[in-house]
Amino acid sequence: MITLRNVSKTYYPKGRRRAGADSDPAAVVALSNVDLHVPQGSIHGVIGLSGAGKSTLIRCVNLLERPSGGSVCVDGQEMTRLSAAALNQARHRIGMIFQHFNLLTTRNVFDNVALPLELMGMKRAAIRERVLPLLELVGLDDKAHQYPAKLSGGQKQRVAIARALASEPKVLLCDEATSALDPQTTGSILALLRDINQRLGLTILLITHEMEVVKSICHRVSLISDGELVEEAEVGDFFTAPRTRLGREFLNDFLQLEPPKALIERLEETPGARTHPVVRLAFSGDAVATPLISRLARECGVDVSILQAKVESIQERTLGLMIAELLGPADKTRQAIDYLESHDLHVEVLGHVQRDD
Amino acid sequence: MSSAMIELILRATLDTLYMVAVSGVVAALLGVPLGVLLYVTRPGQIMAHPHLNRVLGIATNIGRSIPFIILMVAIIPFTRMLVGTSIGTNAAVVPLTIAAIPFVARLVEGALNEISPGLVEAAQSMGATPWQIIGKVLLPEARGGIITGLTITVVTLVSYSAMAGAVGGGGLGDLGIRYGYNRFNPTVMLITVAILVVMVQGFQSLGDYLVRKSDRK
Repeated sequence: MITLRNVSKTYYPKGRRRAGADSDPAAVVALSNVDLHVPQGSIHGVIGLSGAGKSTLIRCVNLLERPSGGSVCVDGQEMTRLSAAALNQARHRIGMIFQHFNLLTTRNVFDNVALPLELMGMKRAAIRERVLPLLELVGLDDKAHQYPAKLSGGQKQRVAIARALASEPKVLLCDEATSALDPQTTGSILALLRDINQRLGLTILLITHEMEVVKSICHRVSLISDGELVEEAEVGDFFTAPRTRLGREFLNDFLQLEPPKALIERLEETPGARTHPVVRLAFSGDAVATPLISRLARECGVDVSILQAKVESIQERTLGLMIAELLGPADKTRQAIDYLESHDLHVEVLGHVQRDD
Repeated sequence: MSSAMIELILRATLDTLYMVAVSGVVAALLGVPLGVLLYVTRPGQIMAHPHLNRVLGIATNIGRSIPFIILMVAIIPFTRMLVGTSIGTNAAVVPLTIAAIPFVARLVEGALNEISPGLVEAAQSMGATPWQIIGKVLLPEARGGIITGLTITVVTLVSYSAMAGAVGGGGLGDLGIRYGYNRFNPTVMLITVAILVVMVQGFQSLGDYLVRKSDRK
C-alpha cells in the first residue's frame, strides 16, 4: 500500500538550492536512502529519537515534504510525479493526524470533521450522512456542536481521527499522534486506531518515540537513526531480540531491565579464570511455560541467580525477559547457554563477573 | 449656542462619519486581500513568490511611512483624477483610503501570522488547494484578529480625518480647529472633542463585541 524506494531528503540553506548539493557543508541530510514497504491492512511503526528524521519521513508519504530523491508509491500511485491537482486528489485517499491535533478553532466538532468533505466539493446533505456515523465511531456523537477549545486532548485527537477518516482514505498517517496525551488517554486512542485498522482494513503508518505505542498496536516496526532505517522487524521479534545497539537501548529503556548498577561496574568483557557470565534471556511462545531454569540446574549442573525478570505481553505474544548470573565452571555455563539456545531462547551475554567465593 | 452652530456641529459629525465609513470600507476591501497576499506569497508559504512578496512589502512600507498630511497634499492630482475635485469631503476620502490600505494590510498579515502553521499543514494533507486554504482556514481562523485590526484602522481614520480640513474636507476636526482654535471658542472645541471621544468609544466597543462573537478559543 505504501512503498518508499531509496527516498532521500536534504535541506539546503537559503539561496543555495541544489547547486553543488553533495559538497555543500551547510546542507542537512534528513533522510538518506530510505526503503520501506507497508502492506495493505497492516500497522507499521517507525520509532526513533527526536531529530532522527521521523517527521520528515512521514511527511514524504503525502508529499507535505517533497523528497530530494527516490520514489514514493501509495496505493499504486507514484506520488512524486503527480500534478498539483492530481496530488490533491491523491491526498483525499490519505488521512493524517498530528501530535497537536490541528483542529480549526473556529469550527465546531461537526464542521471540523466536515472540512475534508467540503474541500472535495460534497453537498451538505451527503456530508451530514458521512459525518454523523464517524462521530459515533470515535464516541463523540454528543459533542457535535462543541468547539475544540472545550474538549480534552483525547477528545480533540478523536475529532482529528474522525476528520482524517471522513474522505474514506485507504491510508492513515499518524505523526506522533499520542505524544501530547497522558498514558491513559494514549491507551484509548491506540485502542481506537487498532479498532479502525481491524474494522476498516485501513493501512496505518505511524511515527513515534514511544515503545508503548509500538508494543500495543504495531505489526512491524522500523528503527530510524540519523535519517536511515537501521532495523526492521516484526514487533514480537523486535521486543525479543533487537539487532542493533539503538534497538537494545530503546528496549532496555522501555523495559527498565538493566543489571543492577553495582554489577554493571564489575562487568568485564572477556571471561577470566574465575568469572561467570551474566546473561540476558528473552523467551516467547512455548518457552515461557517451560520450567527451564530448574531444568538448567538439574541437567547442566549450573545454578542460576536471577537479578531481574519480567513478563510482558506484546499483543498476542507473551514475552519473558530475565537478567541472570550463571554460576558454575566455565564448560558447564557454556553448555547451559547452548542448552537455552536450543530451546528457542534468545541469549545475550552481557559480560562476566569475578566470583565472590 | 445658536441653532446655526448646532447645525454646523451636526453637519461636521456626519462628514466625519462619512469620510471614516467610505475610506474604512474601501480600505478593508483592498487592504484585506493585500494583507493575505503579503502573507501567502512569503517564502515557504502556500503561494510562495519571494519577488512579488518583496515588491508588495516595499510598496506597503512606503505607503505607511509617508506622513498623512504630506500624503494628502502630494496625491492631489491623483485625487482630482479619481473624484474630479481636490477639495471637499470626497477629496479627503481618497488620501484617507490610500493611507489606510497598507495599514490594514500589515495588521491582517499580522493576524494571519498568529495562525498555527499546523492548521495549514493539516488542510494541505486533506488535499486543499491554496485558495481553499485561504477561504476555509486562513480567513476564518484570523477573523478575530482581522476585526481587531479593522477596529484599530477605523479609530485611526477618525483621528486622521481631523486633518481633512487641509483640503477643505470638513468634519469634526476641521470644525474644532476653525471655530474652537482659530476663533477662540472653547465650547465648540470641547463639544467636537467630546463627540470624537464618544465616536471612538463606540467604534471600539462595536469592534470588541464582534471579536468576542467570533472568538472560540
